[in-house]
Amino acid sequence: MLYLYEGSLDVPTILKEWYEAEATSNYGAFVPFVGTVRDEEGIEGLSFDIYEPILNSWFEAWAQKAKERGAIIKMAHSRGDVMNHESSYIAAVFSPKRRVALEFIEEFVEDFKASAPIWKYDLIGGKRVYALGRSTAMQGSGILGVKG
Amino acid sequence: MVTVEFLGPIQKQPLRLEITNLNQLAPILQQDEELAQWLGNSAVAVNDTLVSSLDTQLKSGDKVSLLPPVCGG
Repeated sequence: MLYLYEGSLDVPTILKEWYEAEATSNYGAFVPFVGTVRDEEGIEGLSFDIYEPILNSWFEAWAQKAKERGAIIKMAHSRGDVMNHESSYIAAVFSPKRRVALEFIEEFVEDFKASAPIWKYDLIGGKRVYALGRSTAMQGSGILGVKG
Repeated sequence: MVTVEFLGPIQKQPLRLEITNLNQLAPILQQDEELAQWLGNSAVAVNDTLVSSLDTQLKSGDKVSLLPPVCGG
């Protein structure tokens, strides 16, 4: 399940909802990852753009991978502004045993960073500054730049 | 007519072009100075599916999207 929110995430509420939804599903492991905006480099916060059609298909492929391992994956992300010390990202895996959930959350979050069509901006002086230096070119990038 | 849209931080309005494959699109975009910093690091999707070859065929009504480097979380 993929959930998108305007602004920061209400972490306690989301985690409680996810926990309660699976409380009797017989999963032995629940491994959440929560990403929180840090006060560093003088930023006031972060801001995000999301391209939903490709995010949805990317997430569906991961949901299918989770299913093949007997697990489920849930993810929440913010669009728009998220200020310092607020959270913009939650991912969580439920699985019958711990090993699958621990491994899957790492694989999922790493690929999320490299492949999910989300763009991050630093908020500095109330303005959005694209975080190019922390961004990753998606697989297959650059084909239109090749001179014929 | 094919629509070309620019996502995330690329501040550019969509283009509508008479083209039949991505090979024809590349030189058109390469002439645009606004796009100089983006073509070398952007991924390309046709109708919301990522593609890896300029030989990808296009037909009228198709949508091409440019996706610059990403950073979720």
